[in-house]
Amino acid sequence: MSSHRFAVNVTPKPGILDPQGRAVEGSLGHLGIEGVSAVRVGRRVELTVDAPDAAAARDVVERLASELLSNPLIEAYAVEELEGVPA
Amino acid sequence: MTVRVGVVVFPGSNCDRDTLHGLTVAGAEPVELWHEQASLDGVDAVVLPGGFAYGDYLRAGVIARFSPVMRSVAAFAADGGLVLGICNGFQVLAEAGLVPGALLRNRSLRFLGRDVTIAAERLDTPFTHAIGERRPLRMPIAHGEGCYFADDATLDALERNGQVLFRYVRPDGAPSDGDERSNPNGSLRAIAGVLNADGNVCGLMPHPERASEAILGSDDGIGILRSLVDSAARARAGAQVAVGAR
Repeated sequence: MSSHRFAVNVTPKPGILDPQGRAVEGSLGHLGIEGVSAVRVGRRVELTVDAPDAAAARDVVERLASELLSNPLIEAYAVEELEGVPA
Repeated sequence: MTVRVGVVVFPGSNCDRDTLHGLTVAGAEPVELWHEQASLDGVDAVVLPGGFAYGDYLRAGVIARFSPVMRSVAAFAADGGLVLGICNGFQVLAEAGLVPGALLRNRSLRFLGRDVTIAAERLDTPFTHAIGERRPLRMPIAHGEGCYFADDATLDALERNGQVLFRYVRPDGAPSDGDERSNPNGSLRAIAGVLNADGNVCGLMPHPERASEAILGSDDGIGILRSLVDSAARARAGAQVAVGAR
């Protein structure tokens, strides 16, 4: 068994209204920042998996990401292995 | 024998007591079902009440979906049992895939607690037949994630199949013109409640149990609870109550 550290990045799918992103965008003017658009707010989940190898660990994360961490109707996810990060 | 309707209690449910009371007013014997129990105690119908199940962490309703009681509710629904999810209960049903669509953050980003008016699109379902006539129904909403979403193809199919059961309307019953007064959370096609394809599971954002007696300011919601209780009684007697897709 070995420990593997992952991040799952969950974001609203293209075309899904993201009022949080819009609110962030709306605040940029107060900072005096221009030229920023298409802000989308998502969620990042970091986790450690103990498994026989990296591939098995990634399988667990994929299942978790698709069944729990994201709602496939409205969100997309990307799994990233965090190399060199202590689990 | 009185009809027994189960009300699921998750950690974080906060409308369970109101729902138990509303069901009593509607003539049922309500039964609390704890989230950790797998048995539904032989109830004739199930209500998932409002609240913040499991704190609504991650996404509203998603963690509740994996509780032992929800496995039994899913099996009960697959077997034709009547299930009504109100507010957070609707979110749990949507996350569990028992009704179509998803509930997104309100367009305004604000938590909304106020009266709305809705209208039933059909009066021939187990959840609406006792409403009587088609008229605007006034009852409260109390949610932060009530913006109904499904892709266009799904929405078209829902409309075609008669699965859009309730819509937000203006107080006089006229269709919402999309403004925040009449469609408070920005739901697509002003959808406030939907049916599953088999017609035995309903998700509804507004709270009929909070409008189940005149002393509460409105008793417009009691017809929905009466419909459920009455349908559950007929289902127990062996009648086919779900209408299915049109």
